[in-house]
Amino acid sequence: MTEKRRLLPGLDAPAILREAGKLLDKRVEQPSRRAFLRRGLTLGGLAMLSGCSLSDDESVEQALSAVSRFNDRVQGWIFDPAKLAPTYPESMITRPFPFNAFYGIDDVPQVDEASFRLEVTGMVADKRRWRLDELRAMAQVDQVTRHICVEGWSAIGKWGGVPFSAFLKRVGADLSAKYVGFKCADDYYTSIDMPTALHPQTILALTYDGRTLPPEYGFPMKLRMPTKLGYKNPKHIQAIFVTNTYPGGYWEDQGYNWFGGS
Amino acid sequence: MLARPALNNTPLAPPVSALSPAASPSTAAESDAKKRTGQPAPPAISPVIHPRWLRVTHWLNALAVVVMVMSGWRIYNAAPFFDFTFPNGITLGGWLGGALQWHFAGMWLLFANGLLYLALNVATGRLWRKFLPVSPGGVARDLLAALRGRLSHADPRRYNHVQRLAYLFVMADIAVLILSGLVLWKSVQFDLLRDLMGGYEAARRVHFFAMALLAGFVAVHLAMVALVPRSLLTMIRGK
Repeated sequence: MTEKRRLLPGLDAPAILREAGKLLDKRVEQPSRRAFLRRGLTLGGLAMLSGCSLSDDESVEQALSAVSRFNDRVQGWIFDPAKLAPTYPESMITRPFPFNAFYGIDDVPQVDEASFRLEVTGMVADKRRWRLDELRAMAQVDQVTRHICVEGWSAIGKWGGVPFSAFLKRVGADLSAKYVGFKCADDYYTSIDMPTALHPQTILALTYDGRTLPPEYGFPMKLRMPTKLGYKNPKHIQAIFVTNTYPGGYWEDQGYNWFGGS
Repeated sequence: MLARPALNNTPLAPPVSALSPAASPSTAAESDAKKRTGQPAPPAISPVIHPRWLRVTHWLNALAVVVMVMSGWRIYNAAPFFDFTFPNGITLGGWLGGALQWHFAGMWLLFANGLLYLALNVATGRLWRKFLPVSPGGVARDLLAALRGRLSHADPRRYNHVQRLAYLFVMADIAVLILSGLVLWKSVQFDLLRDLMGGYEAARRVHFFAMALLAGFVAVHLAMVALVPRSLLTMIRGK
């Protein structure tokens, strides 16, 4: 998740193509044949010269985004709301559990509990703001599950809190809405599909390993979903909204797959 | 993909009739069948060695493998579990997110094309005709002959036992890559597959080693093509 966006290709592809095109024009008399060869040059030649140029091409990016959206639909279709992620004994918890964010550990936001209020908006009946104590007063569950990062690594941790489906029902959310979105104290934002929001292992986590969720793991609360990759699990949540308008996400808007399910 | 005659028929191999115990369901496309039935070879015997569908699926598979391996290296680099990373210059995608997009687009080509290849191989009986039987003795004999430079290339229609083993191996290897990839993509949804691989983290290793074996196959495959350049032409022109 800390990966920086996009490296510039080392080759000046347009200049190379212009040069090759000039050479072609001198040697090939027929205009139609010349055009054909020039087209072949851009497609094949570019791909051979530098893979970076190919992946930076706008139409290629659009095609890849379209496939990614198709993959969102496929994953929604594969998703089985009753299928549970594996759980582990506490002895298997990864210690220390890795800190991970799009910034360093020194920049972790410090949220003041006294003044904190969770905002709930969108397609919900009850838009009242929540204090942490009120969330703690609801029935709590915990889970020892595997957190899988989009980078490939994984770690086992223990989270406790309110089943998110119970919270959504409590605020009278329209459970037929498409998306639940999250805005966070570190300016992170993301959104999930409603079936995953209602999954029995999706919890509004208030604790880590039996203690109040520490700042580095997302105080005051994190949405914990063992059925989704790490970047889909927002920390430092300040606002939750239910909507039918696609809200995107911090990494998703840069190209990570939106569904991001496992 | 899998079927390129790099080294061809060996004179030591058993006669054609012994190669097809599996009742060769539909052999009309290949002149071998006509020889077997003892009919006089008609003048219209097709000179085609690789049917069009095979050449198309071969090259689509080659493209899919290049995309999957190069983007896969970039993904591996994001969280390497060995002491090395792949030079970014030989990877695809530019960054992790881009590599993932390539990987999860390429997977459809690899999967759909692989399925089509297998289906046509089974439907035409080519799988049994070309790749079976394969025996340890046959492999050892053909390997030895190849190393001594005595493997004949007289009949590009027939695969020697080393080729048969290599092509069957790479089919199985790609199947393992797809199955372990499914576990990495959807470890919760494909729980049986996940347990079969020994869990999510084990599946990462399975996926990596299957990739390494595939890369090894490609290296040998290309070396063989370089030794017998005509095989490249037959995979392009069909004859």
